Amino acid sequence: MSTGWTIFISVLVIGNLIGVMWLLLATSSKKKTESSGPTIDGIESTGHVWDGISELNHPLPKWWFNMFILTTIFAAVYMYLYPALGNVEGSLKWTQLNQLEEQMEANRMDRAAYFSQFEGMELTAMQGNENAMTTGSRLFANYCSACHGSDAKGSKGFPNLTDGDWLYGNSEAMITHSILNGRQGVMPAYEQILTTTQIKEVSQYVLSLSGQQTNDALAESGKATFDMQCAACHGMGGEGNQMLGAPTLADNIWLYGGLVRDIEATVTLGRSGKMPAQSKLLSPEEARVLAAYLLSKAN
Amino acid sequence: MTQNPSQTQSYHLGVVRQFTIMTIVWGIVGMTVGVFIAAQMAWPALNFDLSFLTFSRLRPLHTNAVVFAFGGCALFATSYYVVQRTCHAPLFAPKLAAFTFWGWQLVIVLAAITLPLGFTQSKEYAELIWPIDILIAIVWVCYGVVFFGTLVKRTVSHIYVANWFYAAFIITVAVLHIVNNLAIPTSLTHSYPVFSGATDAMTQWWYGHNAVGFFLTAAFLGMMYYFVPKQAGRPVYSYRLSVVHFWALISIYMWAGPHHLQYTALPDWAQSLGMVFSLVLLAPSWGGMINGIMTLSGAWDKLRSDPILKFLIVSLSFYGIATFEGPMMSIKTVNALSHYTDWTVGHVHGGALGWVAFMTIGSVYVLIPTLFNKKQMYSESLINTHFWVSTIGVVLYIAAMWIAGVMQGLMWRAIEDDGTLTYTFIESIKATYPYYVVRVGGGLLFLIGMFIMAYNVFKTIYSGEEAEAEESISSESAVGAAS
Repeated sequence: MSTGWTIFISVLVIGNLIGVMWLLLATSSKKKTESSGPTIDGIESTGHVWDGISELNHPLPKWWFNMFILTTIFAAVYMYLYPALGNVEGSLKWTQLNQLEEQMEANRMDRAAYFSQFEGMELTAMQGNENAMTTGSRLFANYCSACHGSDAKGSKGFPNLTDGDWLYGNSEAMITHSILNGRQGVMPAYEQILTTTQIKEVSQYVLSLSGQQTNDALAESGKATFDMQCAACHGMGGEGNQMLGAPTLADNIWLYGGLVRDIEATVTLGRSGKMPAQSKLLSPEEARVLAAYLLSKAN
Repeated sequence: MTQNPSQTQSYHLGVVRQFTIMTIVWGIVGMTVGVFIAAQMAWPALNFDLSFLTFSRLRPLHTNAVVFAFGGCALFATSYYVVQRTCHAPLFAPKLAAFTFWGWQLVIVLAAITLPLGFTQSKEYAELIWPIDILIAIVWVCYGVVFFGTLVKRTVSHIYVANWFYAAFIITVAVLHIVNNLAIPTSLTHSYPVFSGATDAMTQWWYGHNAVGFFLTAAFLGMMYYFVPKQAGRPVYSYRLSVVHFWALISIYMWAGPHHLQYTALPDWAQSLGMVFSLVLLAPSWGGMINGIMTLSGAWDKLRSDPILKFLIVSLSFYGIATFEGPMMSIKTVNALSHYTDWTVGHVHGGALGWVAFMTIGSVYVLIPTLFNKKQMYSESLINTHFWVSTIGVVLYIAAMWIAGVMQGLMWRAIEDDGTLTYTFIESIKATYPYYVVRVGGGLLFLIGMFIMAYNVFKTIYSGEEAEAEESISSESAVGAAS
């Protein structure tokens, strides 16, 4: 902001307040009664009448006058201490960004002090630690429950964290990596690669891997396609691959639904799962406590 | 004073009658929508999965209907009445006044069609799309011509204080409306505002706050300055108080808008000014309350017996509460708690129901018999019932929202020593549920009160006892000339 604007703002602000104060003082200093003036029931009036409404001229109430002066003095002091007149910074050098930084820093210090109690503690030990489990549940409610559900059971497209089936593994390193750095799960679309018949067949075959009711003839003919197109990631027997985040197909756990039409849709159009990275929100210590909590939920 | 040249003329009351009746009609419509969306907050299924019944479409319909249709018609009606009576002159350009009535009704009907269909500028209290904004501007300029023309034609030398406030309201609302709606149209129903970012936000809240300050405060003070002394039969308390609080109010209000944008992208200096000017505004606001309530000096007993006076004086009390609460909420540390909570909603309704609607209702009860040449309202006890039903309604409403708001503010900021939030957002909504239900009850009571008034007005017009013949202007200017 240019100095010109600062001067413009200051003149308007200070001018307005001085003008109002001048009016207040000028009006209150008038003599209460002028002997020659009109009165109504002995009280000074203006003598004007409109549509039967006349007008007294009581002096300004003292308490009201004082309140007006005090709030104006407060305003002047505040505008001296805090930024108010354009570019002029207040004598306290306060800014809302500084206030935010200070409060964030204080919060970081408090959290660091609290989480130091878990330093070096194994995840298994944390699962027996009441503080860790309470904090873990709060972290989960704050950061995870919006997608994974308040019961951690997920929903379509958002993994269930309580079923013991881990897309990327359940080691401390893997879980904290998932939390802090996020994951990007990609199932490619096969509509350009496979025919509709092949997709029907391979979907039946996938179902058969977990022992579901299938059309055996179709499933039989889908095996060749599966071995060619799917086994690279999902494994020959559909056992999955945690290094790639490729889901196990040999269990009855389905991230995007286990009906024939769900599986056909997954194969045809592909899937894209996104776990956002939390490293800007959570410290490694917090991620460890959260990991311990998740393991306790999955047991 | 010279002889009145227009002795045979009488006041133009037709347009006043039209606006007064529509005040009641739009009040019922706007408040019905309000009760319905309040119920949606408690029971969301009430939107029936129909786009035009969703909260987001009906909320602007509610605010526009109660502020600009109900409040607006009340202001047109009373200003056209008061300016004639206190200038001792008939309306200037009565045909133009008739145009403002039909023009304003057209604006309201267009709003009631476009808002539920989802046409909006997405500016709070300025949602209406640009063609309607242009119509509003045209009607408003005509309104100004009629009002100021009548002031110029006055046959008394001084301008009564009520007219100062109406005048400030008409000029300022024109400026606010035109500047905040400056936009570049891209189609008949869509436009882009000329301002962007923080500048747009500041312009919007400069408009938004002064819509409260001038539409819902200054103008209603004008209404108060006529109907309170008239109904109390007492002179106005203090001329010099009215001079100080008028100039202080209209100049200081202009700065208060940024308090709607505390702790946002708005520069710090503007936020500070919004806060301190809101605090300085306390005294000028209360000046009007003091002048109104103290006008009753020597006639306090009338408060016991006259239910219309109860409406007017309780209205001033709510005005005092809301104009104390407002400056408090503008203080940054308080605002950090209250902002985005239902406390704000409670504050607004303390003003809108308690002050604006009560003042309007009281004034309408004074006006109806005069306008329709009746001795008095059909039933005084129904006015009394209306008073108590709506008072309980307001108190339930604002108490529920105060508690809900403070609770939400405290829940949102509660932090555990591990740095996590104590409550998730949905928990605060769950905790608010009972207060949402109480709010529906409070709003419903207020709406029932409006129906009681509508019935009473209907009976007064169609079966009330006829009064003596209408007074002519000349018989009254004698009173004016006596000064």
